[in-house]
Amino acid sequence: MKKNIKLFSALLLGGTMFLSACSKNDDNPATPVYYQGGDQMGRPAINTVFVTSADKDVFNGTTPSAMGAAFQSKFQTQLMALNPGYTTNLLGLDAATFTGVLATDVLTASTTGVTTFYDGTNVLTGRTLGDDVIDVELTLIFGGPTGGSNPQLTSDHVNANDKPFLAAFPYEAAPW
Amino acid sequence: MKSKKLLLTGIITAAVVTGGIIFAADHKDAPAVTSQTTDVTDLYVFRAADPNNLVFVANTQGLHTPAETATLKFDPNTLIEFNIDTNGDAKEDLVLQAIYDAGTNKMNVYGPVVPSETGVRSKLEGSVSASVAVTAYGASTPEIGTGTTGIKVFAGPRDDPFFFDLNQYKSIIGGTATGFNNPGADTFAGTNVMGLVVEVPKTLLGTVTGGKVNVWVETKKKI
Repeated sequence: MKKNIKLFSALLLGGTMFLSACSKNDDNPATPVYYQGGDQMGRPAINTVFVTSADKDVFNGTTPSAMGAAFQSKFQTQLMALNPGYTTNLLGLDAATFTGVLATDVLTASTTGVTTFYDGTNVLTGRTLGDDVIDVELTLIFGGPTGGSNPQLTSDHVNANDKPFLAAFPYEAAPW
Repeated sequence: MKSKKLLLTGIITAAVVTGGIIFAADHKDAPAVTSQTTDVTDLYVFRAADPNNLVFVANTQGLHTPAETATLKFDPNTLIEFNIDTNGDAKEDLVLQAIYDAGTNKMNVYGPVVPSETGVRSKLEGSVSASVAVTAYGASTPEIGTGTTGIKVFAGPRDDPFFFDLNQYKSIIGGTATGFNNPGADTFAGTNVMGLVVEVPKTLLGTVTGGKVNVWVETKKKI
Protein backbone atom coordinates (compact mmCIF):
# COMPACT_ATOMS: atom_id res chain seq x y z
CA MET A 1 0.00 0.00 0.00
CA LYS A 2 2.76 2.41 1.02
CA LYS A 3 4.60 1.44 -2.10
CA ASN A 4 1.49 2.23 -4.09
CA ILE A 5 1.20 5.69 -2.54
CA LYS A 6 4.81 6.34 -3.42
CA LEU A 7 4.14 5.24 -6.95
CA PHE A 8 1.05 7.44 -7.02
CA SER A 9 3.08 10.45 -5.82
CA ALA A 10 5.66 9.74 -8.44
CA LEU A 11 2.93 9.60 -11.03
CA LEU A 12 1.48 12.86 -9.74
CA LEU A 13 4.88 14.50 -9.78
CA GLY A 14 5.46 13.17 -13.27
CA GLY A 15 2.05 14.40 -14.24
CA THR A 16 2.79 17.85 -12.87
CA MET A 17 6.03 17.97 -14.75
CA PHE A 18 4.26 16.82 -17.86
CA LEU A 19 1.57 19.44 -17.38
CA SER A 20 4.07 22.23 -16.87
CA ALA A 21 5.83 21.07 -20.00
CA CYS A 22 2.51 21.30 -21.76
CA SER A 23 1.79 24.81 -20.58
CA LYS A 24 5.25 25.83 -21.66
CA ASN A 25 4.35 24.59 -25.10
CA ASP A 26 1.30 26.83 -25.12
CA ASP A 27 3.58 29.75 -25.83
CA ASN A 28 4.48 28.04 -29.07
CA PRO A 29 1.38 26.03 -29.98
CA ALA A 30 1.96 22.61 -31.43
CA THR A 31 -1.36 22.85 -33.27
CA PRO A 32 -0.44 22.37 -36.90
CA VAL A 33 -1.41 24.87 -39.57
CA TYR A 34 -3.63 23.26 -42.16
CA TYR A 35 -4.14 24.08 -45.82
CA GLN A 36 -7.22 23.17 -47.82
CA GLY A 37 -9.21 24.16 -50.91
CA GLY A 38 -7.87 25.87 -53.99
CA ASP A 39 -7.13 24.25 -57.30
CA GLN A 40 -6.23 20.75 -58.42
CA MET A 41 -4.85 19.38 -61.66
CA GLY A 42 -3.51 16.21 -63.20
CA ARG A 43 -3.70 16.03 -66.98
CA PRO A 44 -3.94 19.20 -69.03
CA ALA A 45 -7.19 20.65 -70.33
CA ILE A 46 -9.31 17.56 -70.80
CA ASN A 47 -10.83 17.53 -67.37
CA THR A 48 -11.68 21.18 -67.47
CA VAL A 49 -13.46 20.44 -70.70
CA PHE A 50 -15.24 17.43 -69.27
CA VAL A 51 -16.29 18.82 -65.91
CA THR A 52 -19.46 20.89 -65.97
CA SER A 53 -19.29 24.26 -64.25
CA ALA A 54 -21.81 23.05 -61.69
CA ASP A 55 -19.44 20.23 -60.73
CA LYS A 56 -16.21 22.22 -60.88
CA ASP A 57 -15.88 22.91 -57.16
CA VAL A 58 -16.91 19.38 -56.28
CA PHE A 59 -14.38 17.95 -58.72
CA ASN A 60 -11.65 20.19 -57.31
CA GLY A 61 -12.45 18.97 -53.84
CA THR A 62 -12.59 15.29 -54.77
CA THR A 63 -9.48 13.27 -54.11
CA PRO A 64 -8.39 11.41 -57.28
CA SER A 65 -9.04 7.95 -55.85
CA ALA A 66 -12.74 8.90 -55.59
CA MET A 67 -13.02 10.65 -58.96
CA GLY A 68 -13.61 7.64 -61.18
CA ALA A 69 -16.75 6.50 -59.38
CA ALA A 70 -18.10 10.04 -59.12
CA PHE A 71 -17.37 11.34 -62.61
CA GLN A 72 -16.88 8.60 -65.23
CA SER A 73 -20.47 8.57 -66.47
CA LYS A 74 -20.63 12.38 -66.51
CA PHE A 75 -17.44 12.47 -68.57
CA GLN A 76 -18.94 9.97 -70.99
CA THR A 77 -22.02 12.17 -71.44
CA GLN A 78 -19.74 15.13 -72.17
CA LEU A 79 -17.63 13.12 -74.61
CA MET A 80 -20.70 12.03 -76.57
CA ALA A 81 -21.96 15.63 -76.60
CA LEU A 82 -18.63 16.83 -77.99
CA ASN A 83 -18.43 14.07 -80.58
CA PRO A 84 -21.73 12.22 -81.12
CA GLY A 85 -20.00 9.98 -83.66
CA TYR A 86 -17.42 8.70 -81.13
CA THR A 87 -16.82 4.97 -81.35
CA THR A 88 -13.22 4.37 -80.32
CA ASN A 89 -10.05 6.43 -80.63
CA LEU A 90 -6.45 6.01 -81.73
CA LEU A 91 -5.73 4.14 -78.50
CA GLY A 92 -8.60 1.73 -79.21
CA LEU A 93 -10.55 2.89 -76.18
CA ASP A 94 -14.34 2.91 -76.30
CA ALA A 95 -16.23 5.79 -74.67
CA ALA A 96 -16.62 4.10 -71.28
CA THR A 97 -12.99 3.03 -71.09
CA PHE A 98 -11.60 6.34 -72.35
CA THR A 99 -13.64 8.42 -69.92
CA GLY A 100 -12.80 5.92 -67.17
CA VAL A 101 -9.13 6.74 -67.70
CA LEU A 102 -9.78 10.48 -67.88
CA ALA A 103 -12.05 10.74 -64.86
CA THR A 104 -9.20 9.92 -62.47
CA ASP A 105 -7.32 13.14 -63.01
CA VAL A 106 -3.70 12.22 -62.43
CA LEU A 107 -0.66 12.65 -64.67
CA THR A 108 1.11 9.33 -65.05
CA ALA A 109 4.87 9.59 -65.47
CA SER A 110 7.52 6.95 -66.08
CA THR A 111 10.45 6.82 -63.67
CA THR A 112 12.42 4.52 -65.96
CA GLY A 113 11.90 5.67 -69.55
CA VAL A 114 11.55 8.69 -71.79
CA THR A 115 8.89 11.29 -71.15
CA THR A 116 6.15 12.04 -73.65
CA PHE A 117 2.47 12.78 -73.54
CA TYR A 118 2.15 10.74 -76.73
CA ASP A 119 4.76 10.25 -79.44
CA GLY A 120 3.10 7.57 -81.54
CA THR A 121 4.76 4.79 -79.54
CA ASN A 122 4.86 5.77 -75.91
CA VAL A 123 1.59 6.83 -74.31
CA LEU A 124 1.41 9.10 -71.31
CA THR A 125 4.81 8.61 -69.71
CA GLY A 126 4.62 12.13 -68.36
CA ARG A 127 4.42 15.58 -69.89
CA THR A 128 7.36 17.62 -71.14
CA LEU A 129 7.20 21.38 -71.57
CA GLY A 130 7.14 21.02 -75.35
CA ASP A 131 4.55 18.26 -75.73
CA ASP A 132 1.65 19.30 -77.98
CA VAL A 133 -0.93 17.99 -75.53
CA ILE A 134 -3.83 19.82 -77.16
CA ASP A 135 -3.37 18.06 -80.51
CA VAL A 136 -3.11 14.72 -78.72
CA GLU A 137 -6.32 15.33 -76.82
CA LEU A 138 -8.22 16.72 -79.81
CA THR A 139 -7.14 13.66 -81.81
CA LEU A 140 -8.28 11.28 -79.08
CA ILE A 141 -11.66 13.03 -78.80
CA PHE A 142 -12.42 13.77 -82.46
CA GLY A 143 -10.03 11.65 -84.57
CA GLY A 144 -11.84 8.31 -84.45
CA PRO A 145 -10.09 4.91 -84.51
CA THR A 146 -7.47 6.05 -87.03
CA GLY A 147 -7.01 9.59 -85.76
CA GLY A 148 -7.99 10.79 -89.24
CA SER A 149 -11.63 11.71 -88.70
CA ASN A 150 -12.77 15.35 -88.35
CA PRO A 151 -9.39 16.74 -89.46
CA GLN A 152 -10.63 20.30 -88.97
CA LEU A 153 -10.90 19.56 -85.25
CA THR A 154 -7.89 17.36 -84.49
CA SER A 155 -5.16 20.02 -84.52
CA ASP A 156 -5.10 23.68 -83.58
CA HIS A 157 -2.00 24.09 -85.77
CA VAL A 158 -0.04 25.71 -82.95
CA ASN A 159 2.73 23.18 -82.62
CA ALA A 160 5.30 24.74 -80.32
CA ASN A 161 5.81 27.32 -77.62
CA ASP A 162 6.60 30.92 -78.48
CA LYS A 163 9.98 30.73 -76.70
CA PRO A 164 12.57 27.96 -76.73
CA PHE A 165 12.98 26.04 -73.48
CA LEU A 166 16.27 25.78 -71.62
CA ALA A 167 18.36 22.62 -71.92
CA ALA A 168 19.21 22.78 -68.22
CA PHE A 169 17.39 23.51 -64.97
CA PRO A 170 14.98 25.30 -64.56
CA TYR A 171 14.02 24.39 -68.17
CA GLU A 172 11.21 26.97 -68.41
CA ALA A 173 12.06 30.04 -70.50
CA ALA A 174 12.64 33.46 -68.99
CA PRO A 175 9.52 35.65 -68.86
CA TRP A 176 8.50 38.14 -71.53
CA MET B 1 -23.28 17.64 -93.67
CA LYS B 2 -25.86 16.30 -91.31
CA SER B 3 -23.24 14.71 -89.12
CA LYS B 4 -21.21 17.91 -89.14
CA LYS B 5 -24.23 19.82 -87.97
CA LEU B 6 -24.88 17.22 -85.31
CA LEU B 7 -21.30 17.48 -84.18
CA LEU B 8 -21.49 21.23 -84.03
CA THR B 9 -24.74 21.05 -82.12
CA GLY B 10 -23.05 18.66 -79.77
CA ILE B 11 -20.18 21.04 -79.22
CA ILE B 12 -22.50 23.94 -78.62
CA THR B 13 -24.54 21.88 -76.19
CA ALA B 14 -21.35 20.95 -74.40
CA ALA B 15 -20.32 24.58 -74.28
CA VAL B 16 -23.61 25.56 -72.74
CA VAL B 17 -23.34 22.75 -70.24
CA THR B 18 -19.74 23.43 -69.31
CA GLY B 19 -20.23 27.18 -69.19
CA GLY B 20 -16.90 28.92 -68.52
CA ILE B 21 -15.15 26.32 -70.57
CA ILE B 22 -11.50 25.38 -70.40
CA PHE B 23 -8.71 26.68 -68.16
CA ALA B 24 -7.53 30.23 -68.41
CA ALA B 25 -10.58 31.30 -70.39
CA ASP B 26 -11.88 33.10 -67.33
CA HIS B 27 -8.49 34.49 -66.32
CA LYS B 28 -8.20 36.59 -69.33
CA ASP B 29 -10.81 39.09 -68.27
CA ALA B 30 -9.65 39.31 -64.68
CA PRO B 31 -7.46 42.27 -63.69
CA ALA B 32 -4.11 41.25 -62.29
CA VAL B 33 -5.08 42.37 -58.81
CA THR B 34 -7.98 39.98 -58.60
CA SER B 35 -6.24 36.97 -60.05
CA GLN B 36 -6.05 34.15 -57.56
CA THR B 37 -2.71 32.88 -56.32
CA THR B 38 -4.29 29.45 -56.13
CA ASP B 39 -4.99 29.24 -59.87
CA VAL B 40 -2.97 26.38 -61.28
CA THR B 41 -2.28 26.85 -64.97
CA ASP B 42 -0.27 23.71 -65.67
CA LEU B 43 1.45 20.63 -64.30
CA TYR B 44 4.45 18.98 -65.96
CA VAL B 45 6.38 15.90 -64.86
CA PHE B 46 9.35 14.82 -66.95
CA ARG B 47 12.74 13.16 -66.92
CA ALA B 48 15.47 15.68 -66.17
CA ALA B 49 18.55 16.45 -68.24
CA ASP B 50 20.20 14.13 -65.71
CA PRO B 51 18.16 10.95 -66.31
CA ASN B 52 18.54 10.00 -62.65
CA ASN B 53 16.22 12.85 -61.73
CA LEU B 54 12.55 13.65 -62.29
CA VAL B 55 11.28 17.23 -62.69
CA PHE B 56 8.02 18.53 -61.23
CA VAL B 57 6.67 21.84 -62.57
CA ALA B 58 3.64 23.70 -61.24
CA ASN B 59 2.73 26.98 -62.91
CA THR B 60 0.25 29.32 -61.29
CA GLN B 61 -1.30 32.74 -61.97
CA GLY B 62 -1.60 32.63 -65.76
CA LEU B 63 -2.04 34.99 -68.70
CA HIS B 64 -0.08 37.94 -67.34
CA THR B 65 1.43 40.60 -69.58
CA PRO B 66 5.04 41.66 -69.01
CA ALA B 67 3.80 44.82 -67.28
CA GLU B 68 1.67 42.83 -64.85
CA THR B 69 4.42 40.28 -64.26
CA ALA B 70 6.66 42.79 -62.48
CA THR B 71 4.15 42.95 -59.61
CA LEU B 72 3.36 39.23 -59.35
CA LYS B 73 4.11 37.56 -56.05
CA PHE B 74 3.83 34.15 -54.51
CA ASP B 75 1.37 33.93 -51.62
CA PRO B 76 2.69 32.87 -48.18
CA ASN B 77 -0.77 31.45 -47.41
CA THR B 78 -0.92 29.20 -50.47
CA LEU B 79 0.63 25.76 -50.24
CA ILE B 80 1.65 24.22 -53.56
CA GLU B 81 1.66 20.44 -53.23
CA PHE B 82 2.68 17.72 -55.66
CA ASN B 83 0.92 14.50 -54.71
CA ILE B 84 2.82 11.39 -55.79
CA ASP B 85 1.20 7.96 -55.95
CA THR B 86 3.88 5.26 -56.26
CA ASN B 87 1.69 2.15 -56.25
CA GLY B 88 -1.12 2.89 -58.68
CA ASP B 89 -4.05 3.45 -56.32
CA ALA B 90 -4.40 7.22 -56.99
CA LYS B 91 -3.66 7.96 -53.32
CA GLU B 92 -0.64 10.02 -52.40
CA ASP B 93 2.18 7.93 -50.97
CA LEU B 94 4.50 10.93 -50.98
CA VAL B 95 4.02 14.69 -51.04
CA LEU B 96 6.42 17.31 -52.34
CA GLN B 97 5.40 20.67 -50.91
CA ALA B 98 6.41 24.27 -51.49
CA ILE B 99 5.51 27.29 -49.42
CA TYR B 100 6.62 30.88 -49.88
CA ASP B 101 8.08 32.79 -46.95
CA ALA B 102 7.50 36.50 -47.43
CA GLY B 103 9.96 37.51 -44.69
CA THR B 104 12.96 35.99 -46.43
CA ASN B 105 11.46 36.09 -49.96
CA LYS B 106 12.27 32.41 -50.27
CA MET B 107 10.41 29.38 -51.56
CA ASN B 108 10.87 26.47 -49.16
CA VAL B 109 10.45 22.88 -50.32
CA TYR B 110 9.39 20.02 -48.04
CA GLY B 111 9.67 16.35 -48.96
CA PRO B 112 9.23 14.15 -50.84
CA VAL B 113 7.92 12.63 -47.64
CA VAL B 114 5.15 10.27 -46.55
CA PRO B 115 2.31 12.56 -45.43
CA SER B 116 0.78 12.14 -41.97
CA GLU B 117 -2.66 12.26 -43.57
CA THR B 118 -3.94 11.93 -47.14
CA GLY B 119 -6.74 13.71 -48.94
CA VAL B 120 -7.92 17.27 -49.35
CA ARG B 121 -6.40 18.71 -46.16
CA SER B 122 -2.64 19.08 -45.73
CA LYS B 123 -0.03 20.45 -43.37
CA LEU B 124 3.66 20.97 -43.93
CA GLU B 125 5.36 17.62 -43.55
CA GLY B 126 8.87 16.98 -42.24
CA SER B 127 11.55 19.61 -42.66
CA VAL B 128 12.78 21.88 -45.43
CA SER B 129 14.62 19.85 -48.07
CA ALA B 130 15.59 22.73 -50.37
CA SER B 131 15.17 26.48 -50.44
CA VAL B 132 15.64 29.25 -52.97
CA ALA B 133 15.31 33.02 -53.22
CA VAL B 134 12.50 33.95 -55.60
CA THR B 135 14.00 35.08 -58.89
CA ALA B 136 13.14 38.69 -59.55
CA TYR B 137 11.40 39.74 -62.76
CA GLY B 138 14.06 40.93 -65.16
CA ALA B 139 16.89 39.00 -63.48
CA SER B 140 19.50 37.91 -66.01
CA THR B 141 20.02 34.49 -64.44
CA PRO B 142 17.59 32.31 -62.49
CA GLU B 143 18.21 31.65 -58.79
CA ILE B 144 18.70 27.94 -58.21
CA GLY B 145 18.55 26.36 -54.75
CA THR B 146 20.07 22.97 -54.03
CA GLY B 147 19.24 20.90 -50.95
CA THR B 148 21.42 18.39 -49.15
CA THR B 149 19.55 15.46 -50.71
CA GLY B 150 20.17 16.73 -54.24
CA ILE B 151 16.83 18.46 -54.76
CA LYS B 152 16.94 21.57 -56.95
CA VAL B 153 14.35 24.32 -56.84
CA PHE B 154 13.47 27.42 -58.84
CA ALA B 155 10.62 29.86 -58.17
CA GLY B 156 9.73 32.99 -60.08
CA PRO B 157 8.17 34.47 -63.20
CA ARG B 158 8.55 32.48 -66.43
CA ASP B 159 7.17 32.47 -69.93
CA ASP B 160 3.99 30.35 -69.99
CA PRO B 161 5.13 27.16 -71.72
CA PHE B 162 1.56 26.28 -72.70
CA PHE B 163 0.52 26.83 -76.33
CA PHE B 164 -2.96 26.57 -77.78
CA ASP B 165 -5.23 28.49 -80.14
CA LEU B 166 -7.77 28.95 -77.37
CA ASN B 167 -9.58 31.78 -79.13
CA GLN B 168 -10.31 29.66 -82.19
CA TYR B 169 -11.41 26.82 -79.95
CA LYS B 170 -13.85 29.19 -78.29
CA SER B 171 -15.14 30.24 -81.72
CA ILE B 172 -15.72 26.58 -82.58
CA ILE B 173 -17.48 25.99 -79.28
CA GLY B 174 -19.47 29.18 -79.81
CA GLY B 175 -20.61 28.02 -83.24
CA THR B 176 -18.97 30.82 -85.25
CA ALA B 177 -16.28 28.54 -86.71
CA THR B 178 -16.29 24.93 -87.89
CA GLY B 179 -12.62 24.16 -87.41
CA PHE B 180 -9.16 25.40 -86.55
CA ASN B 181 -7.10 27.71 -88.75
CA ASN B 182 -3.79 26.72 -90.30
CA PRO B 183 -1.59 28.18 -89.01
CA GLY B 184 -3.29 28.79 -85.68
CA ALA B 185 -2.57 31.64 -83.29
CA ASP B 186 -1.13 30.87 -79.85
CA THR B 187 -3.41 32.57 -77.32
CA PHE B 188 -0.70 32.24 -74.66
CA ALA B 189 2.08 33.85 -76.69
CA GLY B 190 3.79 36.68 -74.85
CA THR B 191 2.24 35.87 -71.48
CA ASN B 192 3.85 34.84 -68.22
CA VAL B 193 3.15 32.65 -65.21
CA MET B 194 4.66 32.17 -61.77
CA GLY B 195 6.74 29.04 -62.16
CA LEU B 196 7.79 26.49 -59.55
CA VAL B 197 10.30 23.90 -60.75
CA VAL B 198 11.56 21.13 -58.46
CA GLU B 199 14.05 18.51 -59.62
CA VAL B 200 14.19 15.39 -57.47
CA PRO B 201 16.59 12.43 -57.53
CA LYS B 202 14.46 9.39 -58.39
CA THR B 203 16.01 7.52 -55.47
CA LEU B 204 14.04 9.80 -53.13
CA LEU B 205 10.78 8.34 -54.50
CA GLY B 206 11.52 4.94 -52.97
CA THR B 207 9.92 1.85 -54.49
CA VAL B 208 7.84 2.72 -57.54
CA THR B 209 5.51 -0.04 -58.70
CA GLY B 210 5.80 -0.71 -62.43
CA GLY B 211 8.15 2.23 -62.90
CA LYS B 212 5.25 4.69 -62.99
CA VAL B 213 4.07 7.40 -60.64
CA ASN B 214 0.72 9.19 -60.76
CA VAL B 215 1.03 12.86 -59.95
CA TRP B 216 -1.43 15.66 -59.31
CA VAL B 217 -0.80 19.15 -58.04
CA GLU B 218 -2.94 20.99 -55.54
CA THR B 219 -2.89 24.54 -54.28
CA LYS B 220 -4.32 24.88 -50.81
CA LYS B 221 -5.16 27.95 -48.79
CA LYS B 222 -4.20 28.33 -45.15
CA ILE B 223 -7.28 27.63 -42.98
